Amino acid sequence: MNDPIVLEGNAAVEEFDVRKYIRLQMMPHFLCPGCGHGIALRALLWAVHELGIDKDRLAVVSGIGCAGRLSAYIDANTFHVTHGRPLAFASGLALVRPDLHVVVITGDGDCLAIGGNHFIHTCRRNLKLTCLMLNNEVYGMTGGQVSPTTSETRITTTTQLGNAEPHFDACALAAAAGAGFVGREVTHHVPKLKDVMRAALEHPGFAFVEVMSDCTEIFGRKNDMGSSPEMILRQKSEIRPSAYRDTVETPFRPNTLPTGVLMCNERPEYGAAYRQYAQTVKSAGDGKQKRG
Amino acid sequence: MSIATVAVEPAASNLRLLSGNHACALGAIAAGCRFFAGYPITPSSEIAERLSRELPRVDGVFIQMEDEIASIAAVIGASMGGAKAMTATSGPGFSLKQENLGYAALAEIPCVIVNVMRGGPSTGMPTRPAQGDIMQARWGSHGDFPVIVLAPGSVREIYEETIRAFALAETYRTPVTVLYDQSIAQLLETVELKQPGAPVERKWASGPPEKYQPYAPLDNGVPAMARPGDGYRSHTTGLTHAENGFPTQTPEVVERNIGRLLGKLERHRAAIESFQTLRCEDADVVVVAVGISARAAGSAVAACRAKGIRAGMFRPITLWPFPEEALRRAASGARAVLVPEMNAGQMRLEVERVLGRDVRIEGLHKISGDPIDPAAITARIEALCI
Ligand SMILES: Cc1ncc(C[n+]2csc(CCOP(=O)(O)OP(=O)(O)O)c2C)c(N)n1
Repeated sequence: MNDPIVLEGNAAVEEFDVRKYIRLQMMPHFLCPGCGHGIALRALLWAVHELGIDKDRLAVVSGIGCAGRLSAYIDANTFHVTHGRPLAFASGLALVRPDLHVVVITGDGDCLAIGGNHFIHTCRRNLKLTCLMLNNEVYGMTGGQVSPTTSETRITTTTQLGNAEPHFDACALAAAAGAGFVGREVTHHVPKLKDVMRAALEHPGFAFVEVMSDCTEIFGRKNDMGSSPEMILRQKSEIRPSAYRDTVETPFRPNTLPTGVLMCNERPEYGAAYRQYAQTVKSAGDGKQKRG
Repeated sequence: MSIATVAVEPAASNLRLLSGNHACALGAIAAGCRFFAGYPITPSSEIAERLSRELPRVDGVFIQMEDEIASIAAVIGASMGGAKAMTATSGPGFSLKQENLGYAALAEIPCVIVNVMRGGPSTGMPTRPAQGDIMQARWGSHGDFPVIVLAPGSVREIYEETIRAFALAETYRTPVTVLYDQSIAQLLETVELKQPGAPVERKWASGPPEKYQPYAPLDNGVPAMARPGDGYRSHTTGLTHAENGFPTQTPEVVERNIGRLLGKLERHRAAIESFQTLRCEDADVVVVAVGISARAAGSAVAACRAKGIRAGMFRPITLWPFPEEALRRAASGARAVLVPEMNAGQMRLEVERVLGRDVRIEGLHKISGDPIDPAAITARIEALCI
């Protein structure tokens, strides 16, 4: 087994140039005009740049969906796996290769519906992984069906009269399930989004970041939410950065969405805990227990 | 040193009394397996339990995942990272693994899946033996895909075939299923734990990264794999991909790449196939059986020969790809072929496909959760000789 990663940071921070981190031969990308996923991708690569992460040591595992397609654009070791399962694939990879930075890119359907079980258990285990969930409130890739994060009353191709189901708060779910780090940001604040991702990448345990993305083409349009800038501004007006949390206004704006670093703790990281356990087994087992 | 202080140790013996599942776990370790992810299910759980003890001692990783889907996903993820990796399960869990098994076949990620068969369908009979997953092991995932399935028939063979499963998975970059049933899984037999040579390793990418094409085959039809960290930064996807690893739907490119994938194992059939023939040269009746049923068939052949009946047995050890030519040769002089199996006639379909209509083919099917009695096979052979 290789030695775990040590982050050294990008000492001489050169200007960030996204072209150094993407596979230019894959351009133009396939995202719709106005889609927020590309902004999230840029923020991730910016954070990678600032931390000085070597592209050869970066592994990106993504699920299926528009969000899942992003891995193919990153000039790193990239794995586009099956729908809902990227956290499980990434867990195996991270356990045998603690020398890699393993980043998971997933959608709200990928992460919380089909992948919901893997999600809560990955949070609980607290294995060193960085998970970015791009929440566009809809199943984008399959044409705009309702997702576990679609707000009530929203119209989708499978909720033609408006969604009647309540939705998940992914960050609350991650925190309750034991994630070591939980953050959320909107795509309107790119530097802040980059900072949250950077903090997530630096976190020693499982780090979950929810990116509030927008699906203009097949979600915004159906719900008369305007074009992409309007959707993004609406998100901005609905958030409440974590720094404001205790101000007097809170009770009067109960529906705001907290953003920023929402939770960060020092729970033991699972990979390190397992290696420690293995060491104990090895020293205790020698001589005592016979094989066979 | 006085004689009294010299410890008199018996020569370390490689002989062990083991159950099939424990032999499987030890075979995996001997083959270089360093990652196991699984989810408990009868009658396979002893494999996980044993590996949870063995793996940490050899710097490997054991993890119990949240379900079987996660288990095979983690196994494929570990293999992508360069480790030899395995999962083990039984029917219901094998069903859950099928989508990711197809992913491993298409993306060409080596891995080993052990399926200890129990009575099915559905939850079925968790503690009873069956051979109902013979066709699922070949066709369980959607689409056309290559797969190797090994079907050991004894505890010793489980040890050896598990080692071979890793070698084949690495050599041909394909998932390999080790398929046996509850009765051999929990049978105790003496096994000689022969240490294999150095573990077989897949071909890793070498040479200049600019020239590397992740799915361009080497001379043997199998592409070299990029290990993360080695500087190749390639893309792996379950979408149909071109030689460069990126998705494509261009018909010629799809045809070329899927064609190579499907031909990959056919090309190496001779090296992959394995079977046993027992007194088939002059046999009037050839019994075709696999796994535990072949042990009953072997006894039946002996009983028949003692009575002067010319019976023989053909046993596929590599179940898929099915050893077609070898079966044709073994059955070339037979008047009748009998296929005893603990299902409703799955392998018989394959035997019929291979031998055609020139020979009489009958099945002896048992779906009660009991193994097949040698006497029942003997009686059917006798009936076929009249
Ligand atoms: C097992 C399986 N079920 C269903 C699908 C079809 N499918 C592809 S993408 C997708 C939903 C993606 O939605 P989300 O995760 O929210 O990502 P987005 O496309 O919105 O970024 C579904 C259901 C699939 N590929 N595999």
